[in-house]
Amino acid sequence: MHLFNFYQELRLFKNFITIFAANFEIGMYLNRFKSLLVVSLSLMAIIFSTAVMANENHATADTNHAASTAATTAPHEAKEEGDFNVTETILEHIKDDHSWHLWGHTSLHLPVILYTSKGLEYFSSEKLVDEHHEPAVYHGNFDYKLVEGKTKIVDANGNVDIAASKQLWDFSITKNVASLFISVIILLVVLLSAANAYKRTGIKSAPKGLQSFMEPIVLFVRDEVAIPNIGAKKYGKYMPFLLTIFFLILTNNFLGLIPFFPGGANVSGNIAFTMTLAVCVFIVVNLNANKSYWEHIFWMPGMHWSMKLFLAPIELIGVFTKPISLMIRLFANITAGHILVLSLICLIFIFKTVFASAIAVPFAVFIGMIELLVAFLQAFIFTMLAAMYIGMATEEHHHESHEGAAHH
Amino acid sequence: MLLEINPLVLPDIGLVFWNTIAFLVLLIVLGKFAWKPMLKAINERESGIEEALLKADKMKAEITAMQNENEALLAKAREERATIIKEAKEASEKMVNEAKDKAKSEYERIISDAQAAIAQQKNAAMVDVKNQVGALVINVAEKVLRKELSNKADQESYIKQIAEEVKLN
Repeated sequence: MHLFNFYQELRLFKNFITIFAANFEIGMYLNRFKSLLVVSLSLMAIIFSTAVMANENHATADTNHAASTAATTAPHEAKEEGDFNVTETILEHIKDDHSWHLWGHTSLHLPVILYTSKGLEYFSSEKLVDEHHEPAVYHGNFDYKLVEGKTKIVDANGNVDIAASKQLWDFSITKNVASLFISVIILLVVLLSAANAYKRTGIKSAPKGLQSFMEPIVLFVRDEVAIPNIGAKKYGKYMPFLLTIFFLILTNNFLGLIPFFPGGANVSGNIAFTMTLAVCVFIVVNLNANKSYWEHIFWMPGMHWSMKLFLAPIELIGVFTKPISLMIRLFANITAGHILVLSLICLIFIFKTVFASAIAVPFAVFIGMIELLVAFLQAFIFTMLAAMYIGMATEEHHHESHEGAAHH
Repeated sequence: MLLEINPLVLPDIGLVFWNTIAFLVLLIVLGKFAWKPMLKAINERESGIEEALLKADKMKAEITAMQNENEALLAKAREERATIIKEAKEASEKMVNEAKDKAKSEYERIISDAQAAIAQQKNAAMVDVKNQVGALVINVAEKVLRKELSNKADQESYIKQIAEEVKLN
């Protein structure tokens, strides 16, 4: 068990280093009790991650290079119709935005809500762009301008006032926030009506309609996620939390796969979203952790004191790497999926011929199918690992007393 | 250095704020009005099904027990019937035998009685015959003696005459 914990820390630590190794987590999870396999997979993951990181560095260098050339040549290129910057296009689709593109030239301008030293103010994001969709200066309590998609305070010359911008709190209803609200409304409508069906039809009749669609998922979360990881005695308390997390991630994953309104926002592929959920998991895990959990972290029982001293910082890091790995895994998987689909579609524009779609579209559809699987899988894995962490924190350790008895 | 990392991995405070609110709202509202009734209903249904299954098992066991009981009863009844029939047969046989014995003994008694009566009457008859023969002999002897006394020839013819007269029964 201790050995296993140690390997898990190693695993999570490695996870912290590279986001791409997260993809191997599924396999690792399944073998969580086979430390031998964990070792071999860790080795494999490390080898892979080095390779990936090398590639990544290479890629980043390329992008940086491309970006800098794009920046230097931008004035010339901007005039040329049909010129196309892949990185920018893809990142634009993945990033958050103040307006939501509906169709053609129609966009939904979402409200900007800012909190500054002069108080709260809100205005339409329409005022931050001019008629050519270029950032414009809005004169509110301060002068605001969008710089790389983020609202900043600028001075009279249009330069960013860094000191003042640090005092700026942006609570805008962005595309992601709006999409999140839509998913919240969908969840409320669907789940409350499904729950009402139980009151209406009673428990004797078989579930119908939405109810029969939701019930297997709820049962899946209960029987495959909560009970095996937390235990049949204590799982009930955490079920609402796990179910809410699961359905929120699932809905946002699916909404993100819809390419047009009301989908198209990249909520679950946004680090803020995953961070919030991970922090919630962190809070729930540590608030419910029992004495033996903390004992296993700070003063590992059944070990020599020097080993205890050695293990304590590693275990302590583990407390934080667990939710961080959750955060990065979901973010990376969803973002990677979006980038993949967008890259394939961008092939058409890179080759500047419609015939490229003969390859790009089937591939994009194929990846889209995989993304559907990933959407479910990632929601499942996030919930599963959250349940596992809760289970580890609330586990009763009976073996210590036996060990203690053996020593006396 | 830290701030130079990709803006993609820098969380926006606004999104974090709204997200926290959204998540908490979902957690509270769904927790109270969706998950609780749902899980309760599912648990109730499951326990209901379990109960029903247990009940069915119990009923099955009961039915089996009843069947066994019935069979035992049936077997017992059959046995009883067999014994009753056997006893009845025995009784009838006994009665027949008894009747036969009784008839036999009666018949034997009657025969022996009859034989006894015959023997008695025979004896009586014999006694009677003997008496009559005795008397006749005396009579004859007397008459002979008388005739002898008068005429010898007559006596003899007389004796002959008397002897002819005497018819033994």
